[in-house]
Amino acid sequence: MAILEIRNVTRRFGNLKAVDDVSLSIEAGEFFTLLGPSGCGKTTLLRMIAGFDEPDQGALFLEGRPLAGIPPEKRPVHTVFQSYALFPHMSVAQNIAFPLRMAGKDEDEIRRRLKETLELVHLSDKAQHFPHELSGGQKQRVALARGLINKPRLLLLDEPLGALDAKLREQMEGELIALQREVGITFVFVTHSQQEALALSHRIAVMNEGRIEQVDRPEQIYGYPKNRFVADFIGTINLLPVEVCEATHGHLRLAVAGLGEIIAPALAGVKAGERGMFALRPEQVRVSARHEAQELHNHYHGKVRDYLYLGDVTVYKVELDNGVLLEALLANSAPGRAKFFEIGDTLGVGWRHDSGVYLRD
Amino acid sequence: MRRNVWLWAASLAVYAFLYVPLAVVVLFSFNDSLLNAQWVGFTTRWYSKLIDNDEMLRAAANSLFIALVASSVATVLGTMAGIAMQRWPHGLTRFLPFLVLTPVAMPEILLGVSLLLFFRQVLDLTLGLFSILVAHITFSLGFVAIIVRARLAGMDESIFEAARDLGASPWRTFRHVTFPLILPGILAGFLMSFTLSIDDFVITFFVAGVGVTTLPLQIYSMIKVAVSPEVNAVSTLLMALTLTLIALASRLAPDTLKGRG
Ligand SMILES: Nc1ncnc2c1ncn2[C@@H]1O[C@H](COP(=O)(O)OP(=O)(O)O)[C@@H](O)[C@H]1O
Ligand SMILES: [Mg+2]
Repeated sequence: MAILEIRNVTRRFGNLKAVDDVSLSIEAGEFFTLLGPSGCGKTTLLRMIAGFDEPDQGALFLEGRPLAGIPPEKRPVHTVFQSYALFPHMSVAQNIAFPLRMAGKDEDEIRRRLKETLELVHLSDKAQHFPHELSGGQKQRVALARGLINKPRLLLLDEPLGALDAKLREQMEGELIALQREVGITFVFVTHSQQEALALSHRIAVMNEGRIEQVDRPEQIYGYPKNRFVADFIGTINLLPVEVCEATHGHLRLAVAGLGEIIAPALAGVKAGERGMFALRPEQVRVSARHEAQELHNHYHGKVRDYLYLGDVTVYKVELDNGVLLEALLANSAPGRAKFFEIGDTLGVGWRHDSGVYLRD
Repeated sequence: MRRNVWLWAASLAVYAFLYVPLAVVVLFSFNDSLLNAQWVGFTTRWYSKLIDNDEMLRAAANSLFIALVASSVATVLGTMAGIAMQRWPHGLTRFLPFLVLTPVAMPEILLGVSLLLFFRQVLDLTLGLFSILVAHITFSLGFVAIIVRARLAGMDESIFEAARDLGASPWRTFRHVTFPLILPGILAGFLMSFTLSIDDFVITFFVAGVGVTTLPLQIYSMIKVAVSPEVNAVSTLLMALTLTLIALASRLAPDTLKGRG
């Protein structure tokens, strides 16, 4: 049974539907991520789970019991706030022990659990420090420890890595995964960063304008986006407008203006004659010097228009013969080289017939 | 460089303008002469004379009592108003800042007259200790509310939600988080109210009636005769008390009181 069930929840602010008929079911022990651009309603949804806000329509159930009317302090749900929200007048130890004190645990238990939790987040030597004496990463770990110490059924995390610099964020991502695995508590994580969502989550719900666009495992979200919004929001992707010529169980035949027909993976329910988009990841595009043999079904010629060196990879912008622009990504396995091709080089461009997805309009 | 010199001269003039009269009062309170005209010699006898002046002592006791009670009540009410103003900026409490701050900004003489009319015409109250207390609470409350609200406004609001989220009821959130954090503001507000109350002349003059005298009223009735060295002495003491309290208050709430008072 799902630990948290969100059933047709809607929350309005005036005319705006901040959360629009959202239904989700989150399993025990999951690292679940709400991913979406800023303003899409993630925080609003989280606040309804925590109990700071109530839905206008629909209902939430925690372990089968309705949450309506239960105040935040009575819900076994804790939150890690983006601003950390540490109590400035309390030491690290007092901050972390706060939930235990409020729950009326005895001093022995508080001391023991505090020691364990401080070790869990590597802050044993900072117990007597005050929040203003800590670095961003340390504050983050105090907030996490404080949220975890009283073993909530759910831990909600609202963009907890947003305030950290890139290097520290990467390190905290690793720590978060390890921590969640170790404590086994269900995490509901909110972010607008697709990279964070892909790296951390068991499952991702992509949100847009208050609605859920797709819920799936990271590799499914990335590999098989359900619609144009998801495809565009997650990573970079080439989008070509197409018309369906033939739809069989094995494949789709799609007509691309000026390019002719391409073969794409089959998709249930697609009918010949409809229009949509063909989406192809840059790393699925193969580029090679013109004279090399091309055995790929979808195979064209193009010219290098531009390139972007990113260290580990280089992204080439290639213009096909008919003017269609495609991005292709090539790993830089040979160090000290920013590119394999020069601007203006003529290339062979292709992709496998089972690469890419057709997106209906 | 040249501009700096002028700036310095200007500020010196301002400070002189403000503080020379006060310094003169302090100086002549130690002058061994009945006339406030020229320096004769050092003495503390005007201070010892104060101790033997029963009327003066009674007025001082009244002032202290009024200041203590009025500022305590104003602190409790003002703190609640300050919290409400910060927490509910919409709805009916939207008007609260206006209501609370009006007595602060209103000319004292207007407040004095309107309170007098209110006590006499509307409530038909006998003027005295009680009416003075109510009047002092009225004008102090706003100051406390401003200071407490300023303190809350400087804080990340999510810490109060965090407390609730982590298992604290609204009351325990107040006790363990809100109260300790605004305590310096509350104390500063109390000290401000105390000084306002103990120094107030205009409003007290209107609502005191005949029975009760406070220190400022007593000083006023004495200088109607002549500015005696005794008045200088009691003024010096009052000044010392006020300065101490204001210094304390501005240490407790530097953000709100800097450069004011
Ligand atoms: N208390 C509120 N009153 C009015 N509008 C709000 C309120 N809270 C959020 N909104 C609006 O609801 C939308 C969703 O906000 P939010 O849930 O904070 O988005 P996210 O966390 O995804 O960035 C935004 O357009 C925001 O302006
Ligand atoms: Mg948000």
